[in-house]
Amino acid sequence: MNSTDPGPSPRFRLPGALGALMRVNARQYGMVIALVAIVVLFEILTGGLLLTPLNITNLIMQNSYVLILAIGMMMVIITGHIDLSVGSVVAFTGAVSAVMLTSWGLPTPVVVPLALLLGALIGAWQGFWIAYVRVPAFIVTLAGMLVFRGATMAVLGGESIAPLPESLRTMASGFLPGPEVLGLHLPTLALGAAGAAALVWIQWRQRSRARRHGLPMSSTAAAVAVSAAYTAVIMVFAHVLAGYNGLPLVGLMLIALIAGYAFLMRSTTTGRRVYAVGGSEQAAALSGIATQRTTFWVFVNMGALSALAGLVFTARLNSATPGAGTMFELDAIAAAFIGGASAGGGVGTIVGAVIGALVMGVLNNGMSLIGLGVDWQQLIKGLVLLLAVAFDVHNKRRAQSAGSVAPTRSRNRRWGRGRSPGGPGT
Amino acid sequence: MGEPHNTGTGGTAPLLLMRDIRKGFPGVQALDGVSLSVRAGTVHALMGENGAGKSTLMKVLSGVHPAGTHTGEILVGGEPAAFTGVADSERAGIAIIHQELALVPHLSVSENMFLGNERSHRGVIDWGSTHAQARALLERVGLDENPATPVAQLSVGAQQLVEIAKALAKSVRVLILDEPTSALNEAESARLLDLLTELRGQGVACILISHKLGEVMQVSDEVTVLRDGRTVETLPVERDADGVPSVAEDRIIRGMVGRDLDQRYPDRAGTVGEVRFEVRDWTVDHPVQAGRRMVDGASLTVRRGEVVGLAGLMGAGRTELAMSVFGRSYGRHVRGTLHKDGREADTSTAARAIAAGLAYVPEDRKGLGLVLDDDVRHNTSLAALGRISTRGVLDPGREAVETGETTRDMRLRSHGPTQVVRTLSGGNQQKVVLGKWMFTRPDLLILDEPTRGIDVGAKYEIHLIVRRLAEAGACVLLISSELPEVLGMSDRIYTMCEGRITGEVPGEAADQETLMRLMTATGGAA
Repeated sequence: MNSTDPGPSPRFRLPGALGALMRVNARQYGMVIALVAIVVLFEILTGGLLLTPLNITNLIMQNSYVLILAIGMMMVIITGHIDLSVGSVVAFTGAVSAVMLTSWGLPTPVVVPLALLLGALIGAWQGFWIAYVRVPAFIVTLAGMLVFRGATMAVLGGESIAPLPESLRTMASGFLPGPEVLGLHLPTLALGAAGAAALVWIQWRQRSRARRHGLPMSSTAAAVAVSAAYTAVIMVFAHVLAGYNGLPLVGLMLIALIAGYAFLMRSTTTGRRVYAVGGSEQAAALSGIATQRTTFWVFVNMGALSALAGLVFTARLNSATPGAGTMFELDAIAAAFIGGASAGGGVGTIVGAVIGALVMGVLNNGMSLIGLGVDWQQLIKGLVLLLAVAFDVHNKRRAQSAGSVAPTRSRNRRWGRGRSPGGPGT
Repeated sequence: MGEPHNTGTGGTAPLLLMRDIRKGFPGVQALDGVSLSVRAGTVHALMGENGAGKSTLMKVLSGVHPAGTHTGEILVGGEPAAFTGVADSERAGIAIIHQELALVPHLSVSENMFLGNERSHRGVIDWGSTHAQARALLERVGLDENPATPVAQLSVGAQQLVEIAKALAKSVRVLILDEPTSALNEAESARLLDLLTELRGQGVACILISHKLGEVMQVSDEVTVLRDGRTVETLPVERDADGVPSVAEDRIIRGMVGRDLDQRYPDRAGTVGEVRFEVRDWTVDHPVQAGRRMVDGASLTVRRGEVVGLAGLMGAGRTELAMSVFGRSYGRHVRGTLHKDGREADTSTAARAIAAGLAYVPEDRKGLGLVLDDDVRHNTSLAALGRISTRGVLDPGREAVETGETTRDMRLRSHGPTQVVRTLSGGNQQKVVLGKWMFTRPDLLILDEPTRGIDVGAKYEIHLIVRRLAEAGACVLLISSELPEVLGMSDRIYTMCEGRITGEVPGEAADQETLMRLMTATGGAA
């Protein structure tokens, strides 16, 4: 999405297809490189503790709810809004689920869809004010943050509900069932192989399509290299997990969510509309896009994902507490921005949000492992967020001033009526 | 009530003298040797087409474009002036009142009046003297309002008077008004023009930028006509004993439009067929100011294969008409219908308008036409996502191939389909917007100032594309305030003024003077 090519001549080509790929996706690759650097750093600092099978399993489980929230938050930020209420919605849906499970004695397969529906309704409530009444999202969700925190306390009567039925707890702490051979969990390895095969298949199908349409594409050698790299990374990851208990169920759910939402945002008209509404609401409206409805559904989606995160979090804790989910909104927002979202909207990817959440997660986990206190952890995470976004803003400005023929003044982006100032003419 | 200024009226040295002013922007020479001489105690009108350089000249005078960014000589009261900014020019007694008012809506009248010029003692505001002086100034401009009223509660006309009072608070000598009546109703306009006459009596020099010939004739003592960044001439407005002006209006119009028709336009080929689109009695009110009519009973037709020009000066209501027809995207729709092939068409949302075969290339291409941070390909397909998707899933191959064809047809010059449109030149950005709407395969293409701010080469290419589209049987409605473009492109021309259609002229029979007369025909009489 970003212009990282300030303007060599149109004939200019970096040598090799990987170079071309890097040029287009420098921002994303930059984040991947940053993530790898952080992982390597803490792997060294912890003396190899970070990448043990047990710790990787922990990393997935500890960060699952932030990852789920980051996906929804990325979409909210792409439309040019913000959601401060997700932490409270996590707590509220978790609390209501716990009540349904314990006091009402409803079975888990009934409670899960009800909780998701509740989250979607909360999202619809907030989306209504934001999209149709045009109250700024900051205000609506700040109100939501208070309202649903209060509602959580009311539902729980100020006390925690624990323990919760086994069937819910497996959601957050269960593993993929299946036999082990030579200390390795077979289904995990099989799933890894299948995942790698799927990625390779998607890649080669894209190439064959490009060939059919006569579009430019990378060389065969480069494509083979990329396929091999994907396969290697996935298989190493699967092997590590297989060495412990196998793939956690939460991990499986995350993979499905990430794949599904990445597809939605990249390859469907719905996703394209979300980007357009965030990029320029007026241009999108004049292109026949129902901008208000789009915004509304993005918030409904955020509500449902908050409920899912609420279920996972409650299940993992094995209790619903009044203080659950505090500050989750900030983790999710930070993940989205570290992962490449733009405060102005219109920019960002689901994979970016995931990488952003992983950066935060590895930082948290690594700093805990080397025994840094919470004080230092917060301080460092704050600075990482600031630097990541400052770096991005700086890059963008450089790309823009080098790329445009005549530098343009900054304009009123949103609903600024009238003509652009400063130009010639009467 | 004469103020103690040393310069009286008539014959004395000019209070303001601008000589041989030149100012360029990247790609355009906005001012190419303009001279202007204004005497104290007179109203001096500045006339010219859109883009003639009036606003730029006033920005030079008021220091918005500071000294050093332009060449030429400015003398105020005989003293050479080199303003470094607005504050600097204000100290010399020059105040400008912009089309878009520069008041802070939630501050009171008196707070606005003395903003940056507070009546204070060591940083503490002296409210007593503030309100007293504000009341005196309001009386001088004839506005009966409590100085403590927030500006947002006043009508636009009253706000304009506050602006003028604010200028008077700085003991203004040269008051510049840029299209002051464009946002006012008739009563408010009359009151403002009366005030100008009064200020003239107090020795203030007023520079009035206006498109309305009627009001210029009514209040001004002299008229300077600008065209293409040059001064054409300055004419005195002589009045007989009854105050009836006698200057030749024809001469002013000729001066404004005497632009050379040396630019080439594509030849007209193809035949004009039956009426396909008809707008009947279209009436639109301002979106916020209730009851302010922006388009008043406009009716027009467009035939198959026809390019219909819609000429009008800024504020005539052309954009408002077009955007309102296209999915009610502007203002409050009062009445009026759109008929396609004889049947009423539903264009009540942009999506329905697109489905009915309408396409609108907006005047503000950056704000309304493009998602600036997205690339060429995505912008091109945005209004017709259904064309490149199956059951909501995009087909990237089809998108690449089909948008590629469109951008090739537009002769877009870019680094490729993934170039971000923000980094394209204006002409190429416009080609992307045009391509986006061609991609919807429209029956009626509405073009709003399609070549404003675009270089000559790209302009010709855009004209060629429009022509080819018409030859292929589409209908085109071309909105432009550039008369040569309207004349060179249109098969038939409507003129608009103050929200009304004031004339309909066949393309080959029209000339610039006829159109300009219809475009400035205030009050309905052509």
